[in-house]
Amino acid sequence: MNTITQTAPTHADEHHHGPAKGIKRWIFTTNHKDIGTLYLWFAFIMFLVGGAMAMVIRAELFQPGLQIVEPHFFNQMTTVHGLIMVFGAVMPAFTGLANWMIPMMIGAPDMALPRMNNLSFWILPFAFLILLSSLFVEGGGPAFGWTFYAPLSTTYSGDSTALFVFAVHIMGISSIMGAINVVVTIWNMRAPGMTWMKMPLFVWTWFITAYLLIAVMPVLAGAVTMVLTDKYFGTSFFNAAGGGDPVMFQHIFWFFGHPEVYIMILPAFGIISTIVPTFSRKPLFGYSSMVYATASIAFLSFIVWAHHMFTTGMPVFAELFFMYCTMLISVPTGVKVFNWVATMWRGALSFEVPMMFSIAFIVLFTMGGFSGLMLAITPVDFQYHDTYFVVAHFHYVLVTGAIFSLIAATYYWLPKWTGVMYDIGLAKLHFWCSLISVNVLFFPMHFVGLAGMPRRIPDYSIQFANWNQIISLGGFAFGLSQLIFLALVIKACRKKGDPVPDKVWDGATGLEWEVKSPAPYHTFTTPPEIK
Amino acid sequence: MGRQFSFILALFSFLHSSSIFANEAVGRSNLNLRAGVTDISHQVFDLHMTIFYICVAIGIVVFGAMFYAIIFHRKSKGVKAANFHESVKVEIAWTIVPVIILVVMAIPATKTLIAMEDPSESDLTILVTGSQWKWHYKYLDHDIEFYSLLATPSEQIQGKWLKGDTYLLEVDKPLILPTNKKIRFLMTSDDVIHSWWVPDFAVKKDANPGFINEAWTRINELGIYRGQCAELCGKDHGFMPVVVKAVSESEFNQWITDKKAEKAAAEAEEKRLLAMNMTKEDLMAEGESVYNGYCSACHQPNGMGLPGAFPALVGSAIVAGPAQDHIKIVLDGKNGTAMQAFAKQLTLKQIAAVVTYERNAWGINSGELIQPKDVHQLMQNQ
Repeated sequence: MNTITQTAPTHADEHHHGPAKGIKRWIFTTNHKDIGTLYLWFAFIMFLVGGAMAMVIRAELFQPGLQIVEPHFFNQMTTVHGLIMVFGAVMPAFTGLANWMIPMMIGAPDMALPRMNNLSFWILPFAFLILLSSLFVEGGGPAFGWTFYAPLSTTYSGDSTALFVFAVHIMGISSIMGAINVVVTIWNMRAPGMTWMKMPLFVWTWFITAYLLIAVMPVLAGAVTMVLTDKYFGTSFFNAAGGGDPVMFQHIFWFFGHPEVYIMILPAFGIISTIVPTFSRKPLFGYSSMVYATASIAFLSFIVWAHHMFTTGMPVFAELFFMYCTMLISVPTGVKVFNWVATMWRGALSFEVPMMFSIAFIVLFTMGGFSGLMLAITPVDFQYHDTYFVVAHFHYVLVTGAIFSLIAATYYWLPKWTGVMYDIGLAKLHFWCSLISVNVLFFPMHFVGLAGMPRRIPDYSIQFANWNQIISLGGFAFGLSQLIFLALVIKACRKKGDPVPDKVWDGATGLEWEVKSPAPYHTFTTPPEIK
Repeated sequence: MGRQFSFILALFSFLHSSSIFANEAVGRSNLNLRAGVTDISHQVFDLHMTIFYICVAIGIVVFGAMFYAIIFHRKSKGVKAANFHESVKVEIAWTIVPVIILVVMAIPATKTLIAMEDPSESDLTILVTGSQWKWHYKYLDHDIEFYSLLATPSEQIQGKWLKGDTYLLEVDKPLILPTNKKIRFLMTSDDVIHSWWVPDFAVKKDANPGFINEAWTRINELGIYRGQCAELCGKDHGFMPVVVKAVSESEFNQWITDKKAEKAAAEAEEKRLLAMNMTKEDLMAEGESVYNGYCSACHQPNGMGLPGAFPALVGSAIVAGPAQDHIKIVLDGKNGTAMQAFAKQLTLKQIAAVVTYERNAWGINSGELIQPKDVHQLMQNQ
């Protein structure tokens, strides 16, 4: 209609579209790279906050007896540590990577819904402000574990529960918006020729993850809402005296909670499937089987939730069903590991820092997978359940799994983001310190768990004293090692380092390496042609 | 190579002899599950070791292949990368082989599970009730019941005294069970979810409020077996151990007889107390020990509570107000809060003593003495 304003873009116009100056750039930004950066920094800050809580936990458990904190505060630490690491660190970090990389990987100029993108990030700091402020409420913050089982979280909880519920609601809204954005972007904004089966695996795994998020975050919202109404509005969803059932809470929670586990690991699979071929100088082995394996894991993740609940007193046929389904998950997961090894086989390997973290991921994540398979065997799970064996298991898959993959991804793409190579000496120091300390931290947890130490206890019998001391020392070392990472990233962001070429790694493939380094504020304003 | 190996062996034998790997006092390995003392626990242990060895074998193959590639297929050795990247046959193979391993694993697991979940034809039934933070045992066949409380003194927990060998794994009254009998457990809870766990029996079952779960065991060996609550149940979750003493059948029968006599004597004592008055010293001494056993976890040893979580008694309207209301809340608890009903947990004498204590300790000094008959009267009126 309006033909007057239809002018060809000029040089001045392009200039106008650079980033705004000062703080407004970050508050009002709709640029996927800016928002990705915000997400990543937010996740890293939360990682340090949640890590500080882990240090409190490990300091108290350094020796038997109560030394540093009261049991009630100890329970708040384990609860908020879990919530922050899951919802504040791992999930936003993956969303940050999705923001930065998905548009560049599929040849799109930005995310499909940039304003919603801004909103989905900027509500997050408020969610965590509410959650953290609950620690200062009279009676303390949430102390019922990150799984908030009723009725401990309803009848028997403090009034900070209301703050907890609203914080989780906001986190959920943020995740759902982020996921919708990923789905819409991938459906609509792929460059011409970028067919489904040409998409990089990181895009594929995020695509599937986004559907998992959209499916289960509303379930979590429902669970916290029922907790809220049970506590404050006289409903009895989880109260037997009113016709409810406390075990129903666990079914609802884990129907969210198990897919959530895969939400935190599928994008990690995508990252490893990107990095391993680069440094093996060989295409990924079994691309299509990787896609199918990811989809099967996503499907199976919906029908295994009750393996978290074997001791709740389910009928034996239900226990058998969930045992078989859970064991089945190890098949597609195994396929992934085999494919990574086959990719490395007869490649021309080199061991840059992202590759070092990826190899550590494959070995240590697989160990977490082995203990997961052991946990799937119901009769034995009765012995493992709610012990440190479980703590060891999920820290192997989440710390040496999800978090190692996030670190690997940062070392892989950071030069593209900043335009300079980071301090490789520091990065290697970070790798070796992390690798050693993380195993000192989590490996002995298998032992104390098998020997009978329950999880979530502030004090333990003296037979566990030696191992706990070693575990705590590993914990402090692992915590300190992450400060090396912080220093390294700050240094790289201040452009201290050698400039890198557009294609930072000689074996890398993908559209992100065809744009300049550092990646310009706007990329692929005209879509590339994919052959 | 040989030297390295012997070094590792020496290191291992050193570690093995050190206390990291075993604890004499509680007879436990510090590295692995225990085989336990029941047929089921042995089966569970065997399953555990089988799946563990399967995982180790898979790990050796997969990581072996990976580290072979890492060592020999390096760019720095001048290797040229191959370009193969697809093989349907290989993909099918490494889908099918794990499935076969899983099926092999699932068969014994299924058998054991079905056996574990069959509590029928039991010789003895125990109702296990969890509450914050103690266990209650009721012998349904014998009309005997009691609470089992942590026996570790708080001085040990606070680090003022040396910790004993069974630190946090000791109770005042253990659950006494006969060996070689099929014992059925019924689990439930008075408040939040707890989980009753004795590793040596391979029994772990949640105690859900308002529902009853079943489990069973048959103990093969005499001994004392220790476990803990396994489900986060609030502040003192780490301080509610389970201790089971397995005795011979004749000893068990003797114990039942003694317990019944004890109960009759206690009832006679209650009657006697109703007719007399206890002195302030007796009431205060008894009250302090009851308070520390049942009340101080929440209201704190100094009566100040934990603000926002558990109310203070010092300065509370109930403690300052009429004694009747004070006794009533101890008897009936307070709905919708962590305050339990102590009517069935404590004797008349204990309730009278603890209320007296709460009205005269911490500088309150109301001078009021509550006698067992006052409590009795109030209970009769309800």
